[in-house]
Amino acid sequence: MKDVNVLMVGVGGQGVILGSDAMSEIGMNSGYDVKKTDSLGMAQRGGSVVSHVRWGEHVFSPMVKRGEADFLIGFEQLEAARWAPYLKPGGVVIVADVVVIPISIIGSNMHYPTWKEIEGILKQYTEQIYLIPAPRIAHEVGNLRAINMVILGFLSEFLELKSEAWTENIRRRLPPKFLESSLKAFTRGVEEAKAMRLAKGVKK
Amino acid sequence: MKQLLSGNEAMALGAYHAGVVVATAYPGTPSTEILENLARQDGIYVEWSTNEKVALEVAMGAAYGGVRALASMKHVGLNVAADPFFAASTTGIIGGLVVISCDDPGEHSSQGEQDNRHLAKFAKVPMLEPTDSQEAYDLMDWLFKISEEFDTPVLLRATTRISHCKTVVDVSRERKADLKQPAFIRSPSKFVMVPSNARPRRNVMEDRIVKLRSYVESFPMNEMILGDRKLGIVSSGVAYQHAREVFKNASFLKLVTTYPIPVNLVRRFAKEVERVIVIEELDPYLEEELHQLGIPATGKDFIPIIGELTPEIVEQGAIKAGLLSAPKLVHKPAVSAPQLPARRPQLCAGCPHVGTEYVLRQLCFQNPSSPGPIKKGEVIVTSDIGCYTLGVYPPLSALDTCACMGASIGQAIGLQKAGVPNKVVAVLGDSTFVHSGITGLVDAVYNQGNITVIILDNGTTAMTGHQGHPGTGISARRTKATAVKLEKLVEGLGVKNVNVVNAFDLKAIESTLKRCLETEGPSVIISRGPCPLNVKATGKPFKVDAEQCTSCYTCLDIGCPAISLSDDKAVIDAGVCLGTACGICAQVCPQEAISEIGK
Repeated sequence: MKDVNVLMVGVGGQGVILGSDAMSEIGMNSGYDVKKTDSLGMAQRGGSVVSHVRWGEHVFSPMVKRGEADFLIGFEQLEAARWAPYLKPGGVVIVADVVVIPISIIGSNMHYPTWKEIEGILKQYTEQIYLIPAPRIAHEVGNLRAINMVILGFLSEFLELKSEAWTENIRRRLPPKFLESSLKAFTRGVEEAKAMRLAKGVKK
Repeated sequence: MKQLLSGNEAMALGAYHAGVVVATAYPGTPSTEILENLARQDGIYVEWSTNEKVALEVAMGAAYGGVRALASMKHVGLNVAADPFFAASTTGIIGGLVVISCDDPGEHSSQGEQDNRHLAKFAKVPMLEPTDSQEAYDLMDWLFKISEEFDTPVLLRATTRISHCKTVVDVSRERKADLKQPAFIRSPSKFVMVPSNARPRRNVMEDRIVKLRSYVESFPMNEMILGDRKLGIVSSGVAYQHAREVFKNASFLKLVTTYPIPVNLVRRFAKEVERVIVIEELDPYLEEELHQLGIPATGKDFIPIIGELTPEIVEQGAIKAGLLSAPKLVHKPAVSAPQLPARRPQLCAGCPHVGTEYVLRQLCFQNPSSPGPIKKGEVIVTSDIGCYTLGVYPPLSALDTCACMGASIGQAIGLQKAGVPNKVVAVLGDSTFVHSGITGLVDAVYNQGNITVIILDNGTTAMTGHQGHPGTGISARRTKATAVKLEKLVEGLGVKNVNVVNAFDLKAIESTLKRCLETEGPSVIISRGPCPLNVKATGKPFKVDAEQCTSCYTCLDIGCPAISLSDDKAVIDAGVCLGTACGICAQVCPQEAISEIGK
C-alpha cells in the first residue's frame, strides 16, 4: 500500500472537515493506518481551514511536511495558492473553481490573485494542476453544498480504492435529503477527472 | 471495534467506559468537544459550569461523594481553576477525579501560550500525557484507578494536536454496569482544611509522590524502543509522533507518565544510548527533569521553546544540531511567491456585536489605525475574550485591551482610579460576564468606579461553538434550564444605571452610551441581539442602489463579509446578507442607498 499525504484547504463553512473526515475513515476501512488533523483556529469566523490527512502502513505524525503532500486539494483558489509549498514536486493539485474574497483586501491596495497568478504559483511545484468546475456541477445536480462531493469524486479517481469505498462512506455520512444529489455530485467528479486526465494524456 | 476518533472524542468515550458519573467543563478551544461528547451519553451528569473554577469544584464535590468525576478545560482555564486544583491535591478524593487540561501551543485560538505540565508538578498532582487517540482512550481507565489508589486528583494533559487529531482507536471496553453508589463519609481531618488538618495532609501529599515515583516505573504505556544506539530520544505527547516521523532509526523513550517521571527507566535508557536528546513542545520540562538526574540531555538548544511543533520544525532543528543531514533540496521555487492576502477570522454577517463596536469606534476612536497617546475626549475601551475581540482588527479597530476572562471590568476600574483623564468603557460578552465579570462589577459598585460596562449579550458562548451558559437557560444536553436574567443580576449587584438596548439599533446604542458616559458611578448597558449562527437567523437580504451610492465607503467600516466593492460601488452578497435580521449597513449609509431587496 502506498502512503498517501493529502492537504485539504479552504475557508470555514465549505465542508473541508467533512471531506477530510470521509477520506480518513475510507482509508481506515480500507486497511490503512490513518491520522488526520485540522487547523481551525477561529475558522467558523471566516478564517482558513487546513486538514492534513495521512494514509500509510503506520503513520506517526498527523501533520504533512512541507514538500511532501501527494495531493493539495483547494476548496478555494487563494487557499490553494497559500498552501502550495506543501506540495511534493510533481504532486497533484485539485482546485475547485471557487473564489471567496477575504475582507482584508477590501479597501486595501492588495488584490485577489487572478487564476493565472495562482496557476503561476502552483506551477513552481507541479504541472499536475486541475481547476475543476465544482460549483457548476454542484449547481447542475441541484445541491450547492455538494462542492466537496465533486472534489472527493475527482480525488477518488487518483487513488487506488474502489469507488464503492467512497460512496458507502458518503451514504453513512449524509442525511437522506441530500444523499442522492451528493452521490450524483461525486459521480460527476469522477467523470470530470476521467475526462480531464484523458485530455492531459495522463495514464491512471 | 475500530473507530477513527479525535483525542477529545477518545477521552470522552474512555471516561464514559471508565464509569465517570459527573463531568463538568467550561468551553474553551481545544477542550470543548470532551464535554460535548460526554453529553451524548446516557447515565451520567454533565454540565457547562459557570467557569473552570466552579467546574472543578463541582467535580471535586462529586469525587468526595465517592463517584468518578471529570473536569475538562483549556490551558488558561486551569489558571482559573488553580485554586481548587491545588486544594483537591491537598484533600485528596474518594471517587476518582480526573482533570483534563488541553494546552494550545501556537495559540490557534487562545490569548496566551503556557505549558501546563508545570502546574502538575506545582500542585503535586500526577500527570499523564497520551501520544494519540488510542492512548487517550486507554488512559482514562488508568487515570481513575491511579486517582483512587493514590487518593489524588490526576491531570491528563493534552495539546491541540492530540485533542484535534483523529487516529484509529480499538474501542475495547464497555461501561461497567456495577458503578459505586454515591455516599459521603464524614471525615473532617481529610475534607476540612483548617491549618491543623491541612498540615498533616502535606505529609500525605509528599508520601503520595514517593509512592507514585515507584508506581510509574512499571507503568505499561511508557515505552523504550531501542534502535540505533547512537541517539536516544526522550519524548512525550504529539512531539513523540513528530520525532518518530523525523528520526527513522533512533532509539526512543516514550513517556506517558510525565509527573512524576520514571527515574530508573530514564536512567536505564540513558545508559543504553550514546547521546540523549529531548524533543518536547513548549518548555524544557522533561529536559530539566533529566538534568536533575545528571543526564546531560539537550533539546531546547535546537527545538523552539515557542509555538507548536511540526515534523518539519523538528527536522530543521535536528539538521541545525547536526543530528540529521539536510535532505537534498526537493524543490526551490524559481521566483519568490507573491504576497497573498491574509484571511483572518472576522465577525459574521448579521453579528450583533458589530453595531455596538461600530458605535464605540465612532465615539471613542478618532484615529483607529494609529497607536499612541490618546486624545482628550477619546474613550478607552477595555475588552475581553470572545468573538467581539475580533473588533480589534480593521475596519472596526474599536478595542484597547484583551487579557483574560473578565479582566475588562477590573482594568477599566484601574484605569479610572489611576486618574487617566479619559472615560473608560469595558466591553465583554454574556458568557464571559457570567464566567468572570460579575466579581469585577461588584468591585465597581463597592468602590464606585466611574465606568460603563457593555455586556454584548448574544445569548450563547459563540466562539467555542454555541454552548449554553447560565444566562441562556440551555443545559449542556441542550434541554431547558433555569436562565439567570442578566439585567436582574446586574441590578441585584447594586448597579443603579442599567440599560438594555437592541444590538441592531445604532441610534439607541449611541444615545444610551453617551448618557452613561455623562453619569457618575458604574453604569451597565446590555446590548442584546442573538448570534445569527446560533439561532440560524434568516432575514430578507439588502441591496445597494448603485445610482445612489457615492462610493463614500462608509458601509465598509462595519466590516460585514457580505459587503464588497464592484466598479467602486458597494455591493451586497444576497447569499450571505441577513438583511432585515440585522440592518446595520442601512443605518450607517449616509445616502440611504441600502434597502431590502424588492422594496
